[in-house]
Amino acid sequence: MGYVAIKGGGQAIDETKKVFDYLRTRQSDDALPLDSNIIENQLRLLHSRVISEGGVYHPRLASIAIKQSQGDTLEAAFALRAYRSTQPRLLETPLHDTSKMRITRRISSAFKDISGGQMLGATTDYHLRLMRMELLDESPEKFRAIAQQWLKNTAIENIPDTFPKVLESLRAEGLLPPIDKNPVEQGPFDITREPLVFPVPRSAALATMARGEQGSLLAIAYSNMRGYGDVHPTVAELRVGYLPVLLPHPITGERCEIGEVEITECEVVAMYEEPGDTTPQNKVHSNMNKSKPTFTLGYGACFGHNEVKAISMAILDRALQKGMADGPTNPSEDPEFVLLHVDGIDSMGFCTHYKMPHYVTFQSDMDRLRATQQKSNPKESI
Amino acid sequence: MSAAYPFGFLDEYAKKEVRRTTLKAVAIPGYQVPYSSREMPMGRGFGTGGLQLTLALIGEGETLKVIDQGSDDSVNAVSLRSFIEMTCAGINTTTKTEEADLIQSRHRIPEKDLREDQLLVLQVPYPDPLVVVEPSEDKRKTLHGEADYSRLLVKLYEDIVKFDEITISHRYPTRINNHYVIDSSPIPRWDVPKLHQSKALVLFGAGREKKIYAVPPYTKAEPLAFEDVPFRVENFTDNNGQRRSCQRCNCTSSFLDEFIDSTTGKKVYQCSDTDWCDTQQSLNRSTQAATDSENVSKIGEIAHG
Repeated sequence: MGYVAIKGGGQAIDETKKVFDYLRTRQSDDALPLDSNIIENQLRLLHSRVISEGGVYHPRLASIAIKQSQGDTLEAAFALRAYRSTQPRLLETPLHDTSKMRITRRISSAFKDISGGQMLGATTDYHLRLMRMELLDESPEKFRAIAQQWLKNTAIENIPDTFPKVLESLRAEGLLPPIDKNPVEQGPFDITREPLVFPVPRSAALATMARGEQGSLLAIAYSNMRGYGDVHPTVAELRVGYLPVLLPHPITGERCEIGEVEITECEVVAMYEEPGDTTPQNKVHSNMNKSKPTFTLGYGACFGHNEVKAISMAILDRALQKGMADGPTNPSEDPEFVLLHVDGIDSMGFCTHYKMPHYVTFQSDMDRLRATQQKSNPKESI
Repeated sequence: MSAAYPFGFLDEYAKKEVRRTTLKAVAIPGYQVPYSSREMPMGRGFGTGGLQLTLALIGEGETLKVIDQGSDDSVNAVSLRSFIEMTCAGINTTTKTEEADLIQSRHRIPEKDLREDQLLVLQVPYPDPLVVVEPSEDKRKTLHGEADYSRLLVKLYEDIVKFDEITISHRYPTRINNHYVIDSSPIPRWDVPKLHQSKALVLFGAGREKKIYAVPPYTKAEPLAFEDVPFRVENFTDNNGQRRSCQRCNCTSSFLDEFIDSTTGKKVYQCSDTDWCDTQQSLNRSTQAATDSENVSKIGEIAHG
């Protein structure tokens, strides 16, 4: 007699791959396969999300990942992340200055009139969420005409490529603390090469959140916004655009541009705090110096165009800095709670694993329950 | 699969890191050594920690056995094995415990005693036994350092007060070499005594939680218990006090899976370790054959006599 429940595993796996691919292709005889360029362009924000959570900037692979996972963001990011495991780390980029970004959108909710001006760019923020029924049956001609028309009507040469950072003006006024040079000197924490052993530096927290799962970051940040925390942020600046990536030239050592990555960056300003560094010694020290109180900052940045993620991350960065300094008073300020629970690949993997056989452990569970039941009612035989 | 993937899937740096972490784990029995843990192309929770150990430790010409729930043919074992075969050219696989150089397993330790030249890799979902009493990893690290397991012992004591039994069924907390208490991974209590003075090196890999720990060969492994409430393995006796046997091989000394026979509707028991079960069956057959041939010759003698 065979092992009914678990025999034939290999064949079953092969067949499930086939039926999964059947569902991708079953539409009808005239169905066309999704082109990876279509995914990158027409599913731009889905693509952004996957690149960001996958943690590797490879637009073409991100498109394939979306295609093969049939649109599941967690699965798609997962495939990218697994690919990343096979790649060696060749070089480390120097620190990048985001004021050099080629901007496609930048706003500030702190000031009406910011240097360079507000530029809404592409956003759904003020869209009425009404169904656009005309998209149901869009002709290719009409579709192409939209892009052509937009380019014809837009004076692109009048739009500057780069914009100054909003925070620079606040810093000039002394409303923000001076930039902390310490982390720069220490170098960034590479979460792909080092495990998180708490307490971790802020750069480890930022790196973890930068490839964190959007929904998880949002949920924890939202808990802070609602009252399990008190960041009360103001978006000093949110910018989306293309950041030139610089690497030292292999021969001359001179920094040269090797390409660009689309990123979303958010800086939030939160209410002011007592002056001083986060370490107790420095706190005493700066109190003695009687420096003025300043606003506090939260920073968020990720690959692709993901505004909700960048804002959530900035709020959590602020909350975590507070928690690291004074001890957490709610979940969003607790580095372990936030950083160990926002990774989509980890959390979805573990959630999925519950579908695997647990016969042995369940057998063991039953043994304990039966023993306990027998003891609580010894007369009844089980 | 494209040929672009290196031997063992992981890049060389990653494999080196796993090996160095393993050495540290062996040097400090039971201590959870953090490592960076790469994403593997299968789900976190599907054995990515064990898989990284296997990929970093196996070499050409060596023989691998992969089991899940004691079975070589369960879906996840098949999936892991075919991935390892695909990425590690030149290795052999087997279902026979005694033929394997390296055994990767989830939820079971083989029934057959392992040897000094064998390596057992167990997949671990929760590496830290203290997680049931302390959610913060930072605080748990201090507790481990001080070998302060009082809260765990209180939990066991509370179980006895409430239920008159220790209710921990699997992942039984086990003290290694008189200091660190480990989560023994979701092996049943049945398998825990096999860790004690094991001839084979036992490695534990928790991929998602990014930890590796070890029970080195010939090392003390003592499940937590009290003087008056001893540690007990799963009980397989029926209502009449008879030890249940495997319906397939009649073995009465193995860990059994219970299930409902779909044709008869009756509850039946079978060895959870499929290789063990197959071996017992073939042993039975050869004993049977020997008895049969003996009987035949006896009959012959009688007929001729």
